[in-house]
Amino acid sequence: LSSFSFDSVMGALTKLMHSAVARSTRAASSAAIQNDMQRFRSPVMSTEKAMFARYGGRSTVTVLAGDGIGPEMLKHVTKIFQFANVPVDLEEVPLSSHPTAEEDLDQALTSIRRNGVALKGNIETKFDDPTFVSRNMALRRELDLYANVLHCHTIPTIPSRHKDIDMVVIRENTEGEYSGLEHQTVEGVVESLKVTTAENIERICRFAFNYAMKYGRKKVTAVHKANIQKLGDGLFLQMAGEMAKEYSAVEFDSMIVDNASMQLVKRPQQFDIMLMPNLYGNIISNIACGLVGGPGLVSGMNFGDNYAVFETGTRNTGSSLAGKDAANPTSFIRASVDMLRYLGYSVHADIISDSLFRVLVGDRLHTPDIGGTSKTSQMVDALFRHMEVEIKKQM
Amino acid sequence: MLTRNAALLSRGIRQASSDVRRVTLIPGDGIGPEISSSVVKIFEAAKAPIDWDPVDVTPVKGKDGKMRIPPKCIELMHQNKVGLKGPLATPIGKGHRSLNLAVRLEFDLYANVRPCRSLAGHKTLYDNVDVVTIRENTEGEYSGIEHEVSKGVMQSIKLITEKASRNIANYAFEYARSQGRKMVTAVHKANIMRMSDGLFLRMCREEAAKYPDIKFKEAYLDTVCLNMVQDPSQYDVLVMPNLYGDILSDLCAGLVGGLGVTPSGNIGKDAAVFESVHGTAPDIAGQDKANPTALLLSSVMMLRYMKLNEHARKIENACFEAISEGNCKTGDLGGNGTCTSFTNDIIARIQNSD
Repeated sequence: LSSFSFDSVMGALTKLMHSAVARSTRAASSAAIQNDMQRFRSPVMSTEKAMFARYGGRSTVTVLAGDGIGPEMLKHVTKIFQFANVPVDLEEVPLSSHPTAEEDLDQALTSIRRNGVALKGNIETKFDDPTFVSRNMALRRELDLYANVLHCHTIPTIPSRHKDIDMVVIRENTEGEYSGLEHQTVEGVVESLKVTTAENIERICRFAFNYAMKYGRKKVTAVHKANIQKLGDGLFLQMAGEMAKEYSAVEFDSMIVDNASMQLVKRPQQFDIMLMPNLYGNIISNIACGLVGGPGLVSGMNFGDNYAVFETGTRNTGSSLAGKDAANPTSFIRASVDMLRYLGYSVHADIISDSLFRVLVGDRLHTPDIGGTSKTSQMVDALFRHMEVEIKKQM
Repeated sequence: MLTRNAALLSRGIRQASSDVRRVTLIPGDGIGPEISSSVVKIFEAAKAPIDWDPVDVTPVKGKDGKMRIPPKCIELMHQNKVGLKGPLATPIGKGHRSLNLAVRLEFDLYANVRPCRSLAGHKTLYDNVDVVTIRENTEGEYSGIEHEVSKGVMQSIKLITEKASRNIANYAFEYARSQGRKMVTAVHKANIMRMSDGLFLRMCREEAAKYPDIKFKEAYLDTVCLNMVQDPSQYDVLVMPNLYGDILSDLCAGLVGGLGVTPSGNIGKDAAVFESVHGTAPDIAGQDKANPTALLLSSVMMLRYMKLNEHARKIENACFEAISEGNCKTGDLGGNGTCTSFTNDIIARIQNSD
């Protein structure tokens, strides 16, 4: 069948029921758009040691709804998985900011250790309560999820001041400023310890360079403040530089974090992989997400040697949007897609990812956070329509 | 009557001599001397009542063998209490303490203030930026307290004290009030560093209660970064500990065009040093290509600090106009002019406005 007659058959059939889908399908078939759609799929690096719970051909994953928009996002993902017949069972475990006992966290950890994989909403940290520990942080540390990875790239039709961004933020996820070790030396004098270990630096650097090699990335930029924190960041910079010599195919350079922030808002296209310790990672990843269009678009992956947890990139609870059918489901849906890819279900992952791309780029259904007027449910309904087309293609 | 006249006269003379303020000028290295000279000329044209005391801050060896700022420089600063500083080259060598750090410690310049405003005529991807970052300048992550606990395990200490946090919070609200700003946002990460940033936040909240006319908000550092690059107009004055301030102030500078157009002030209880925060640009030094805007706007901040608001306004307006309408601006501003032509343009505008 020539593409023309295919289109006309498609057009005739779907015009009756899915005219919008047909238009966007045609619109999305140009080469540049194909490239963008491919980029939207985002690669996910599975570690060799990872163990998944797989019984009877189905995987089980832990699901933590969290606070704010987490629960409603999870409902959408559940429906999407059902629609696409994804062979994944979702084991919901309660863990939110409600002051329930320590057992909640233990239960969540046991479940994730058993399943190997989790999809997570963000849990609010009530920092005014001195006994309350950040549960997000506790999870990361207990599961030793040492690498946080965000793929921040330009998506066509999303309003943004910058174009052609395609970078990966790789951030150390367990130590540094997030050690949670603080004390009051005397009244009114507080010390907070930033701990940096050679062991963790080694792991995160190797992760970054391996990622670069596997996905054909050209450059790794180490972001640091070694001029001021000579020991902590100095060690990081030194080790990253040493390791770079082992990966001669990858270009390596470094940049001080304040300059990196400035460079990001002036010319973000210069960056490829950005590698850094915990706190700077927090800053840089949020800047990068803001540059490509906001917190609703980017997903975040957390990897350890044995476990992986998938969530939104900027880890917001979105409490102001909860229950209003207004939140952008993209980052959450992409997180679930990342998870499917990690588990090896790339066909299902592609179906969902490509359909979501068509909703955003072809149909241009944008929620208010990216300048549109669509509701979450409208986007999800459109997603189903595209998925139906994609699934039929697979048959 | 004679004694009364004499008394009036002596008061008059004292007034006249105290009308002219002396300011320590550190021209700096690289393009420093050129841009400092621009500022001096512009001040002259604006008839600003400032007399300059230029000093050379090349470190000398002290009695203990350590390299430090020449004592004469310190004396002058104590005397004048106000300084204007150009860019300094980072000296390479052991035993030398960073000059910036030395000055900051000597005069307890606890507040670093950086107003970032979009310049008409210097277009960036962001319009309508008008934020001021106020950064605690003495402690926090820059305490320099680090050690190797055991092999391969490094520990850096971030120090937050009630006193310093209270001081900076108070400064932020005072600044907001005196400059007619509407809102102060405390930037923190108390969800992660609950004791240290929690203490900082508490001090901000306490100070906020004393200034009911100023709106007070709290925001996570990452949220501010996320929002700032999407819509900077939602922020006004930001107050934060040292490291966050360092990064955010550079981020904001990037929004309006970089360090070449951003002023900066370091304020203490009794003294203040205003400076340009860009580099020495040795590759263009001596070629009349340098852009004096950053140093000039810093000197305008200085004038406002000294309550010479009329002169500040005159110079600032001339500078903005020269960037917005003029054709004499330097290359980095998109013009074909030189440092001299740009300076002369500003001078002409000042003289015409009289």
